[in-house]
Amino acid sequence: MAKLIVDDIEVEVPAEYTLLQACEAAGAEIPRFCFHERLSIAGNCRMCLVEVKGGPPKPQASCAMSVRDLRPGPNGEPPVILTKSPMVKKAREGVMEFLLINHPLDCPICDQGGECDLQDQAMAYGVDTSRYAENKRAVEDKYIGPLVKTSMTRCIQCTRCVRFTTEVAGVAELGAIGRGEDMEITTYLEAALSSELQGNVVDLCPVGALTQRPYAYHARPWELVKTESVDVMDAVGSNIRVDTRGREVMRILPRLNEDVNEEWISDKTRYIWDGLKTQRLDRPYVRVGGRLKPASWPEAFAAIAAKVKGVPGNRIGGLVGDLASVEEAFALKQLLTALGSANIDCRQDGAKLDPALGRASYLFNTSIAGIEQADALLIVGANPRLEASVLNARIRKRWLHGNFPIGLVGEPVDLTYAYDYLGAGPDTLTDLAGNGTFAETLKKAERPLILIGQGALSRPDGAAVLALAARLAVSVGAVKEGWNGFSVLHTAAARVGALDVGAVPGAGGLDAVAMTNPGGVDVLFALGADEIDIAPGAFVVYLGTHGDRGAHRADVILPGAAYTEKSGTYVNTEGRAQIANRAAFPPGEAREDWAVLRALSDVLGQRLPFDTLGQLRAALYATHPHLARIDHVEPADVAALVALAAQEGAADRAPFRAAVSQFYLTNPIARASAVMAECSALASSRLAAAAE
Amino acid sequence: MSVRRLAPKELQPESFAFTAENLDWAQKTIAKYPAGRQASAVIPLLMRAQEQADGWVSEPAMRYVGEMLGMPPIRVYEIATFYTQFQLLPVGRKAHIQVCGTTPCMLKGAGDLMKVCKHKIHPEPFHLSENGNLSWEEVECAGACVNAPMVQVVRDVYEDLTPEILENIIDAFDRGEHPKVGPQNGRKSSEPVTGLRVLISPELFDGSMVGQGAGLAAAREAIAAREAAAAQPAPVPEPAAAAAPPAPPKSDPAPAKPPVAEAVKAAGEADSNGPAKPN
Repeated sequence: MAKLIVDDIEVEVPAEYTLLQACEAAGAEIPRFCFHERLSIAGNCRMCLVEVKGGPPKPQASCAMSVRDLRPGPNGEPPVILTKSPMVKKAREGVMEFLLINHPLDCPICDQGGECDLQDQAMAYGVDTSRYAENKRAVEDKYIGPLVKTSMTRCIQCTRCVRFTTEVAGVAELGAIGRGEDMEITTYLEAALSSELQGNVVDLCPVGALTQRPYAYHARPWELVKTESVDVMDAVGSNIRVDTRGREVMRILPRLNEDVNEEWISDKTRYIWDGLKTQRLDRPYVRVGGRLKPASWPEAFAAIAAKVKGVPGNRIGGLVGDLASVEEAFALKQLLTALGSANIDCRQDGAKLDPALGRASYLFNTSIAGIEQADALLIVGANPRLEASVLNARIRKRWLHGNFPIGLVGEPVDLTYAYDYLGAGPDTLTDLAGNGTFAETLKKAERPLILIGQGALSRPDGAAVLALAARLAVSVGAVKEGWNGFSVLHTAAARVGALDVGAVPGAGGLDAVAMTNPGGVDVLFALGADEIDIAPGAFVVYLGTHGDRGAHRADVILPGAAYTEKSGTYVNTEGRAQIANRAAFPPGEAREDWAVLRALSDVLGQRLPFDTLGQLRAALYATHPHLARIDHVEPADVAALVALAAQEGAADRAPFRAAVSQFYLTNPIARASAVMAECSALASSRLAAAAE
Repeated sequence: MSVRRLAPKELQPESFAFTAENLDWAQKTIAKYPAGRQASAVIPLLMRAQEQADGWVSEPAMRYVGEMLGMPPIRVYEIATFYTQFQLLPVGRKAHIQVCGTTPCMLKGAGDLMKVCKHKIHPEPFHLSENGNLSWEEVECAGACVNAPMVQVVRDVYEDLTPEILENIIDAFDRGEHPKVGPQNGRKSSEPVTGLRVLISPELFDGSMVGQGAGLAAAREAIAAREAAAAQPAPVPEPAAAAAPPAPPKSDPAPAKPPVAEAVKAAGEADSNGPAKPN
């Protein structure tokens, strides 16, 4: 710790702090463009100049100078930093004037207008007129992909985007070419960026040089209503802010949560919103004579009631889709129980995860922030880059810190960090559980992390693989007091929540595969189940949002609300319950899913015991108290893992297949989005080019 | 300086690869850097690639160098566009004349040299002459200010130029010849144009003074003795081998009279006589 005086306030800060951090600790606000907490220090914008007493008699870039560089006074007085002195003010005004020399005056047509760092700081440090009479510099706009629009004349060369793509996203594709006044940001030969996190460069850009292409000229920041919510595109549960204008979602931005997504979100999370407007189910439909006909709610309910009447409970089933909130899964389970059915399943992909094995057997026990404490990592049957891009950035962050051996069992893919490729299938895992060099590495590690993807579990021998992984985890000491390195990475936002409320077959119940096989059940309630083929025969009631695979198969369609249109609890892969708030209203006659289920239960003569969402939540929290603790990770009992490790089971020899092969098309909302379709086409052409 | 861009697609070659000799050299160069720091070799490798490929760096060459060093192509692109020493457009087949335009050269007439280039090669820099043999550009200081004005062609410098001499040089290059490098006015390297006037006594360089310890007085005595002996032929003084552990530099400082062209000498005399100097 070092003592220093910032504007007459004495503070004590760690010696490795930069002056900028020290000033902030003392409550002084330092303007900046190039500095960013999560990126390396560039020190090239010079906006954060401060005056340092005892240092050289010139303004110092506070972001690039460390507290330990400062000398105490002649009698041992603490070093003095001035952030509001006339010299500092003048220096910053000078920097601002130079920045504005070549910055265009196109704020009225700039998408960054209203939330622009340069605009804001010019209010404090800008002068009212320009002394620059020459022509301003103009820069050609660059194509860097379908998501990020460039207006390069506005660029102030802070290089945040270059540092982000290189350091955090792990794809060295953006760069600064030329020098001095002619420095320009571009990709090599203007190729599209290949990162799944590229949208974050828009947030990082302090000016309007990089803006969101799909959002271009759509709205102004001050006319948007901001709603804090949670993302459902993957199981990370990234914290997001949904910006709406009227009924329309205009854009989605990340929200800071150090434990989950830091301040990044994936491109799917960010650019999904146009999928919320297309292919929507805005009224009920009933299949009449083989064709889906628009119907009213009573007609649709009547059709269902007529069908369900007389069907025994064990011939009725329910599927919980990947985007369903905990409340809906809970309500559906209650409805099915009331109808006398134990046939419910949330595992459309057939993953062999079971709450009966204990909560620890299906959670990312290490927690996402815990990845940074790990000192060795084994990835089994997962491609975290596509399955949880933000979590992958966290792994990369840990890897960049060094001394982090990573092994991979599964498909060899580019994860943006180096790893030892150990093998393709369960055989390798068996070898590892015995011995092998990487097993040694894991054993030597103090906090080894074993990450199991859905690709390893959603196969017939998934249970054996899960037990094998648990055995490995226990044998290398990944499960011990104070550290649980057994982590299951989910791909579906609804999965952990649904497992928590027990949306799996009860005694004698059928699982997803059995229900959807020919002759499985007579009536199937599909709650947004779009990732599974339902064999002909069953009468399918589809409650969902988009005209996707599930709706095409349905006999009755009940229009539901998408995640931005309802308040719902989602539990992320680490078991963190978070609430997504309603930002807009569902289109047309669509209603919130829990309300539809409640109304349906009444028609079916099994009225569910709640009339409001509050009552539903009260019932939910009474049976599952941990879900009431929002934004809290309830640690799971590790004894379950030891028991799981003891289970026997023979694993197949087939190699693990990744659970997500098409990142941009994993759910019905994404499949309805034109932006995602463009990204997907680009990604497959890149893949094809790489295969050649 | 201006915005630097890659050459248009139609000018880019299909591919690039080092010759066996250059590849060998490249591997030795890369080996000079510690493991994991191979990317540090990017500048020498790009320069060698430029020399191999007719004096300019093509897009395939950047990719080739990047792959060789395990660098993403954008990082090589950044470097190639940053340093103006890398030519991104094709240059003259026989010579790319780099005229220094920084202050000393400018004062000594670099503007006239550029006029020659504009007239004989192309009105614009970085453009090929009609037959494609030549191109030119203005560069910043090439470090030969004493011999200003000068031009540089690849690694050779042509100094003490006049527009006429530069015209001859350009013509020679155009014919495929390789003109004599260095100062073009007859002087040796950057010695005074008037010829050497100080530090010309051979005693200073043959080692006989080493260890004498008397300094200037001893030197004067020795020189006086030699001049007296010069009247009548005498045996050459033995090189005092025992007294001189470090071998005296034999060749570097030139001995007494360098051949100086008469005209130059005259000009030099005039030059030095200009401002009256107290002798």
